[in-house]
Amino acid sequence: MKIAVCIKRTPDSESRFKIASSATSIDETGLKFDMDDFASYAVEVALQLNEKQGPGETVVFAVGPDSVQETLRKAMSMGADRAVQLKTDSVPVDGLAIAKALAAELQGGGFDLVLFGKHAFDTSAGVVGTATAELLGIPVVTAATKLDIAGGKGTARRELEGAAEIVEFPLPAAVTIDEGIARPRYPSLKGIMAAKKKPLETKPAQLGEARVVVKSMELPPERPAGKIIGEGVAAVPELIRLLQTEAKVL
Amino acid sequence: MANVLVFAETRGNALRKVALEAVTAARALADATGGGEVHALVAGTAGVGSVAEQLGQYGADVVVTVEHAGYTNFDRESVAATIAERAKSGSYRAVVLGFSAQGRDLGPRLAAKLDAPIASDVTAISASGDSLTVKHPGYANKVIATLEVKGPLAVVSVRPSAFTAEPNAKSARVEAMAPASDPSASKVVVKEIAEGGKGTIDLGEAPVIVSGGRGLKAPENFKLVEELAAAFGNAAVGATRAVTDDGWRPHSDQIGQTGRQVSPQLYIACGISGAIQHLAGMRTSKTIVAINKDKEAPIFKVADYGIVGDVLEVVPALTKAVKEAKAGH
Repeated sequence: MKIAVCIKRTPDSESRFKIASSATSIDETGLKFDMDDFASYAVEVALQLNEKQGPGETVVFAVGPDSVQETLRKAMSMGADRAVQLKTDSVPVDGLAIAKALAAELQGGGFDLVLFGKHAFDTSAGVVGTATAELLGIPVVTAATKLDIAGGKGTARRELEGAAEIVEFPLPAAVTIDEGIARPRYPSLKGIMAAKKKPLETKPAQLGEARVVVKSMELPPERPAGKIIGEGVAAVPELIRLLQTEAKVL
Repeated sequence: MANVLVFAETRGNALRKVALEAVTAARALADATGGGEVHALVAGTAGVGSVAEQLGQYGADVVVTVEHAGYTNFDRESVAATIAERAKSGSYRAVVLGFSAQGRDLGPRLAAKLDAPIASDVTAISASGDSLTVKHPGYANKVIATLEVKGPLAVVSVRPSAFTAEPNAKSARVEAMAPASDPSASKVVVKEIAEGGKGTIDLGEAPVIVSGGRGLKAPENFKLVEELAAAFGNAAVGATRAVTDDGWRPHSDQIGQTGRQVSPQLYIACGISGAIQHLAGMRTSKTIVAINKDKEAPIFKVADYGIVGDVLEVVPALTKAVKEAKAGH
């Protein structure tokens, strides 16, 4: 199968964040950036599908400045065959603008399957994958926790709130990948060496106008400092009293 | 003055909590633009229109009912096409929906179909001139962005529990609408629904969540968490990533940065150390209770009420005490 995987580069989610002096972005000083977790699951799913189903091609795409080349190389060191950077000075927060750039590039590419993470850690919006599929006019299944492809058809599982659904869809299609579907492999030394020779193409991103822009960013208010009210079973009556009289939730 | 279209999500032809929250948000937005109308669209099988009265009580001026036998399960393609068609037919300022499993799926489809900018998972909305201003927590709730959404029409999904549904009675006019595309033509087809446990309350809607972590020591001890949840009667059961990764609980129960993000009235963390991953999913809860044997555990930094102790002893005692409190002792 010919599979496209659209990936994003995001800061390490365990970081402590600070707001930049511009107050419209985070302060990136000292932050470690890598492939977004959900994007890495999508890359792994693509590689496993092509390994299982025989000859295929996995192509990774990313919108962003030259720093995304490192992320694209990582995907190739995991096993992707080639990469395309859609170059822009900065990645907009307007998901539809990104989707337009990706759709313009993917259109006519002959992909059987286009994969995305279900959302990226930074914007946590979950727009790009679904909107790209809509612009391409192909069916899309969002937040899949299982994916099988056989006989030109896909089957996916999606977790709903308090239930799950199993859906079927024809190819070509897009799927956005949720957690729990596959553990992303670590690049092997051989993979890292091979990735250096794999093709990475750079083209301008056709983003169009960004209609969602950041006006300001702030850190959320801190919770009041925690309080330990007692030890062991003996503290239970006091907890009940506080839940009833102070928090008024019981 | 501008009208606002809102998708009122239903399950089994009953309104979900997030639907009324979305209607409340839409009402406030319509009022802020000088008193436009709120049009609420519901889609379901025959009879879904019966929710019209309730939508009117919460501020809908018009209820658009889309009934079709093919809407037994969520038909994302037909429903998205129908909302988009309605949005194009009037001069709407915004399409508002909940950031639920359905809303997350529909929102970006609508943005692409309408070529309208989208703001997802917002906790506040205001209108100013030609743009909307919204607040959206990003970076797993660690950063709050204020976004400007430009243009005459925008798609906005609201975070569950961020808006409180408020009665605002209107005598809603009901209009029937046919699906914009035949459900039988949809390409993604639901083959099976695997229901969650009977009587379980969804994590996004439960006012109380009782969660368990590795401190429970063994999967069978999760029944202590379930019993505490049952004692409250209106509680859902959650879990940490460590526990879902180990298969003690299904992934859908995971609360945290990569799982569900919840804001219940009361969150009880049992045997949870409080990794950043987990805190990102529950730190916006109104009241947090933590029970953990390690008094240095980071969960105690966010807990309003912490008890240092063995969860295997404290949780059953708490279950008993909650039952007694509920019984009025």
